[in-house]
Amino acid sequence: MRIGLAIPCFIDAFHPEVGIATLELLERLGQDVTYPLSQTCCGQPMANNGCNGDAAGAEALFVRNFAEFDAVVMPSASCVHHIRAHLDAIPETPAVRHVRDRTYELVEFLHDVLQVDAFPWARFPHRVGLHNGCGALRALRTASMSELGEPFFSKPKALLEKVSGIEFVVPERADECCGFGGTFSVSEDAVSARMGHDKVWRHFQAGASYVVSADSSCMMHQQGCAERAKLKLKFVHIAEILNGRGA
Amino acid sequence: MSPSSDKSRVDHAGGAELFLERAEHLAFHDRRLWELREKRDQQMHGIPEFQELRELASAIKEHTLAKLPEYLEMFERNALANGIHVHWAQDGEEHNRIVLDILRSRNARTVVKSKSMVTEECDMRPWLQARQVEVLETDVGEQIQQFDDEMPSHIVVPAVHKLVRDVAKTFSQAYGTDDGERDVTQLVAAQRRGTRPVILRADAGMTGANFLVAETGAVVVCTNEGNADLSANVPALHIVSTGIEKLVPRAADLAVFIRLLSRSALGSPITQYTTQFRGPRDGGEMHVILVDNGRATRLGMVDFWRSLKCIRCGACMNTCPVYRRSGGLSYGGVYAGPIGAIIQPTFDPDKFSALPFASTLNGSCTNVCPVKIDIHDQLYKWRRIIAEKHYLPFVKREALRMAGRLMARPKLFRAAMKGGNAVLKGLPRFAIYNWLNPWGRHREVPAPPVETFHDWYLRNRKPQTRDRGQPDKGQPDQGDRR
Repeated sequence: MRIGLAIPCFIDAFHPEVGIATLELLERLGQDVTYPLSQTCCGQPMANNGCNGDAAGAEALFVRNFAEFDAVVMPSASCVHHIRAHLDAIPETPAVRHVRDRTYELVEFLHDVLQVDAFPWARFPHRVGLHNGCGALRALRTASMSELGEPFFSKPKALLEKVSGIEFVVPERADECCGFGGTFSVSEDAVSARMGHDKVWRHFQAGASYVVSADSSCMMHQQGCAERAKLKLKFVHIAEILNGRGA
Repeated sequence: MSPSSDKSRVDHAGGAELFLERAEHLAFHDRRLWELREKRDQQMHGIPEFQELRELASAIKEHTLAKLPEYLEMFERNALANGIHVHWAQDGEEHNRIVLDILRSRNARTVVKSKSMVTEECDMRPWLQARQVEVLETDVGEQIQQFDDEMPSHIVVPAVHKLVRDVAKTFSQAYGTDDGERDVTQLVAAQRRGTRPVILRADAGMTGANFLVAETGAVVVCTNEGNADLSANVPALHIVSTGIEKLVPRAADLAVFIRLLSRSALGSPITQYTTQFRGPRDGGEMHVILVDNGRATRLGMVDFWRSLKCIRCGACMNTCPVYRRSGGLSYGGVYAGPIGAIIQPTFDPDKFSALPFASTLNGSCTNVCPVKIDIHDQLYKWRRIIAEKHYLPFVKREALRMAGRLMARPKLFRAAMKGGNAVLKGLPRFAIYNWLNPWGRHREVPAPPVETFHDWYLRNRKPQTRDRGQPDKGQPDQGDRR
């Protein structure tokens, strides 16, 4: 299986360590991974703000970059959700359909496609609070949602449980949105930040040393709030832990 | 529409910021509404078939809306047979006029009423008061809002944005109670002492309707204070104002909705009072006004008609992390919260253009909705319409247009990532930076790393010999053309 690695623009710019961990992890798992150099963005920022036409160029480029792969893997749920549910600014050619059908968020890919059962190189002897971004939770459904009262499941937790030494804490209102929301974070900055401060405070109160998530955008926002509030909390992407950071 | 129309647009972010400045109010509001969400969850866990009920409720509503004219006529026929007068109002103005005509023809000068969102839509209270009709809200929360001359901030708990001390102040003026009173029971008792005599001498009573049953012609009203039953039964004249979407086909269908309504709204198994009004009381007179006020138009909107399934439980508001932290008044319309953000734009997409953006699209609202309205998908669709109609703020629209151009051109994008300012020349950079500036007001800005992932990859992995993103022969990369 040839895998195309798609790195969201904000990870490329602000959190390269997440891209590196994702690549190294997939390589460790014996995968044939390629990072197409001409990639930029999936089109989500424009489309989510209603400017669907402005997303067309980015979407076309994304498809051009990834059409040849058997699977596309991205360490970001909201981008994957955009590609699956909303990438429609360009005509749906077979190549577009192929990319939309074969793009996976990293956790789903590890859990559902590769069905990884061990990360022997990983050790993380810390208390972590798990944050599921809303894209992962309610759009991609990588974990059970509190509103529906469904039986508990959590793909990210199932993966993290295979890491030795890790200890979980559960904050109050665990699946309440943290308030990032893309451009919401600036156009509604007061509400967004209030939500973020509430979220990191609840992780802190639950006794977390680390907040771990599969979504870097939520983490970037939460980290900004925690730093402003001077809370002793560290933020780490799930790919980094699974790849052996802290071992 | 020109940018000058900005002035009439609701500024949700600004309203929210005012609310956020009041720390005690914010804390109470967020906690109280989250409690309702938690109680709703407990009720859900208590009923194994809860999700099935949601499916059923949604299907019944969709069926009813698909055959709305037939069911409306069936309701009218059966209500008339029960001795109820039935009126049809196209809009708020016509509704208010009908109410006034009924009142005047019976020499009625004082009206007591229970909560009704449709009368808020029609702005009825001030309209009647300007025509020498005395109107008193009998629901405690709604009455507080009346005295304070504010819209309800929540569909079910209209004064939830206020603290006990705010109510004490309001009641001290209305009822002469001590403005230092902090005992809720005492305040409610004062409200009751003050309101009951008005109910007893009122010429007419008005209620809304939670449901209309087509096959029986019954009007169903659900309340917890019993004030609707007093308003409907004590005066000899009872007027019901209701939207045309409140229909259910059969009395049996009520079982589904009554089980869902209060569980979703307040986390209680049922409302204290659930009354089916089948006709006028002995010696009395009963009128039902069926109000369209934009509903027929909404029913024709292919992406938005499902919002008419709403049973006004407020569950989407209780769960919404944005609503809980911004307060209902920041939405600037009759309906606040997620449901307001998809309904209000149907009245005026320009004025309410900020509301679909007052959301992180987290989807919790859709999950709690007892009739399965696709709320967050509708928010997403409204954003497209608002952008297409050019109601987006200018700077935001320009920033996104520029981002779209940049993201389509890998070389330009890379240059911009390296801080290549030259490529940004001619674009309104100052505006974009200003637009992104608020990030740092309450949060730290992420420190830029030493190198991007892209650069790390080039340094650490052998670049691919062929890259699909580069233009193939005969297929110019329009992206790199200037």
